[in-house]
Amino acid sequence: MNEPWGKDGPAVAARGVTKTYANGVRAVRAVDLEVPPGEIRAVVGENGAGKSTLMKMFYGLEQPSAGEILVGGRPRVLRGPASAIALGVGMVHQNLMLVPSFTVAQNVVLGVEPGRRGLVDPKAAVETTARLAEESGLTVDPRARVDEVSVGMRQRTEILKALHRRARVLILDEPTAVLTPQETEDLFAAVRRLRDGGMTVLFISHKLREVREISDKVSVMRAGSLVGTVATADATERSLAAMMVGRDMSLDVDRTPARPTGTTLRVRGLGYETPIGQCLHGLDFDVAAGEIVGVAGIEGNGQSELAEILAGLRRPTGGTVHIDGTDTAGLDVAGHRRAGIGYVPEDRLHNGAALDASIADNLVVDRHDRPPLARHGVLHPGALRAHADRLIDQYAIRTPDPSVPVRALSGGNMQKVIVARELSAGPRLLIASQVTRGVDIGAMRFMYERLVAARDEGAAVLLISADLTELLALSDRLLVLKDGRLVARFDDTTGLTEKRVGLYMLGVEEHDRDRLTAHLDDPWEEAP
Amino acid sequence: MSSVLDVVLSSAFLAAVLRIATPYLLAAFGGLVAERAGISNIALDGQMLSAACTGALVAGYSGSVALGALSGVATATLLGLLLAALRLELGADAIIAGIGLNLLASGGTAYAVYTLLDDKGGTTGLKSGSLPTVTLPGIEHIPVVGAVLSGQNMITWLAFLAAPFVAWLFFRTRFGFHLRAVGEMPDAAASVGIAVRRVQYTGLALSGALAGLAGVFLSMGYVSFFVRDMTAGRGFIALAAVFLGGLRPWGVFLAALGFGAAEALAVQLGTLDVPPQLVSTIPYVMTLAALALYAWRRKRRGRAVPAAASL
Repeated sequence: MNEPWGKDGPAVAARGVTKTYANGVRAVRAVDLEVPPGEIRAVVGENGAGKSTLMKMFYGLEQPSAGEILVGGRPRVLRGPASAIALGVGMVHQNLMLVPSFTVAQNVVLGVEPGRRGLVDPKAAVETTARLAEESGLTVDPRARVDEVSVGMRQRTEILKALHRRARVLILDEPTAVLTPQETEDLFAAVRRLRDGGMTVLFISHKLREVREISDKVSVMRAGSLVGTVATADATERSLAAMMVGRDMSLDVDRTPARPTGTTLRVRGLGYETPIGQCLHGLDFDVAAGEIVGVAGIEGNGQSELAEILAGLRRPTGGTVHIDGTDTAGLDVAGHRRAGIGYVPEDRLHNGAALDASIADNLVVDRHDRPPLARHGVLHPGALRAHADRLIDQYAIRTPDPSVPVRALSGGNMQKVIVARELSAGPRLLIASQVTRGVDIGAMRFMYERLVAARDEGAAVLLISADLTELLALSDRLLVLKDGRLVARFDDTTGLTEKRVGLYMLGVEEHDRDRLTAHLDDPWEEAP
Repeated sequence: MSSVLDVVLSSAFLAAVLRIATPYLLAAFGGLVAERAGISNIALDGQMLSAACTGALVAGYSGSVALGALSGVATATLLGLLLAALRLELGADAIIAGIGLNLLASGGTAYAVYTLLDDKGGTTGLKSGSLPTVTLPGIEHIPVVGAVLSGQNMITWLAFLAAPFVAWLFFRTRFGFHLRAVGEMPDAAASVGIAVRRVQYTGLALSGALAGLAGVFLSMGYVSFFVRDMTAGRGFIALAAVFLGGLRPWGVFLAALGFGAAEALAVQLGTLDVPPQLVSTIPYVMTLAALALYAWRRKRRGRAVPAAASL
């Protein structure tokens, strides 16, 4: 089925590959890259460094403007994924390419279905999938619908898809972004097994710790160019980060111990029921002024709903929320803001900003109706402009002009606009949800410093994140949500490891109620 | 009240249900195929109308009913392809393009009939004949069933065969497999090398052909002439049946049959002492009620079947 490969030489290679888009953006510049068979090669770089574009060219989704792509030792013209697949290249995309209503087996065989004369043989599909899963150690349930299985299983399904197409080169685009530490370890074990069977793996990531763990060699990209390739054994996270950003930079956060004062956020018995079931169950916790409390958990365990309830976007179906003693029940979103809440939503494209409005307008949407920006209901353009200039400067938002629409900004700069708006309002409680998702290291570091600074100025910060490294780096205390319940509370995060938190995220371990509610005044009575 | 029951339980009424449900069934399956391919075919009504008009005209002028029916179906198929091209090549919104096609069909058919026959109402002046009826040998001796099935038009038989056909197509064939994948998650389909556009063109052609059969039935089975705007919104009611049926072949079958029954009831009640204005609202009231029910159920389940049946 696969077209012949040359006897030796690299499994995949790029020679002088450049990609210039129609709008003039040069995403990849004269990249030379060779990956020998049977190697796990990590490709790292900041967002926009060109690693995804390069991978898309290996998979036929983009065509190089100059230079050539080699697969199996020979130059190839890849007109689309179909020709890449025929040459034995498989790719697991960051946002998984699965059909939700199809079963695992149906997704695995999609495009190369077993069966004769235009018909699909469902039994053969299940058998093939089960056999591939068995051989590779990627455990799946072939008959389960994809939208009903875990993210980890979906990802294994994607890899099986590539195996079913007899892939000899596997491109994994940020595969661990959605996995728990345990799932990541399982994935790495499977990837190593595939490598030992002769598979060439390209592993795209910006989590340097994982890159160090899984790869044989690391290629670093910056601003479209390949900066260099080093043996993983010779690299440190620090040296890789320096190569990525072009200067020495560490992600360690300088953080003095928190000096919490009085309770700012007081949550008791918070419950939330949706038509499809109970989403949050009797949450009891406090966040004090001057501390960062992290919320860990696998995505979809109630974190989003918790954030939206606290921000006033959803109404809880049980329990109480107090901000500095003010009961927020019955307050609308504006009321919540007046009570002192700042909110950085997890999905900045949907809830964070009005994408087609200018930076200046986005920076005032929560305060445009009062002095100094408006007088008697009429906006003051000069004040608006001055306000925007000041925040753009303070928060290092990279833009030529405050009138640029937010849509035109990079992920990191878009997020800076939102963070600038929320923090400059001087919130008593900041709810920060997935603050650094999809932003580059430079912006990430900036966000971290700002969150710690807000804490030191006396704000209570509730930090919700899928990134455990981030939570452990920033949180003074850590809560873990599982199935909408608080299952763990760590009042001291020093020495806490990702692995240990992962056990609580998966429900392997759980704190007892006394520990969860220790020192809380008047915890909610457990429902009978 | 007993007279109503007598009417509803009579074999003549059941036969009428099958006859009246025929265009709903075919058009609804046309809508279903398009929806599952990821392009809403809101032009069902116009495709039906064009097919009905072309069928009657070609049959009338050529004297061949078969040729007329084929031309009718071909016209609707081309309109299906045109909708796909507007969507895929020019990036038009499928709803807007569909509305355009419907208006084009309404005006175009009236114009064609007026130009050719100098008649603003329809082709009643043209002798075009109708498609043959089918009676299975011996079936007329079976009580009730015989009376219901005997003498039904061949397209009615086709309409009832369409449900198992579409179910088989969707769930057993490679094409159906690709069609559902393309409609639900085009990126995923493209990433495994499926030719997304080709699948969508084929789906929309099939969708148009099914709507065409429904249209041909109206002018060459139900009656034997074309009347201006004779679809009377059936294409839109069929579209309602597509969603009410949960985008599943047998669900759509039941929904379309239900709409057919409602209209048959309205026709029958017209012969009784019930205000005709009230009676004629039954199919539309039922459509509204059904759509409200559909929306409510969907909200309760919190999940639609095809996640991305985009417009």
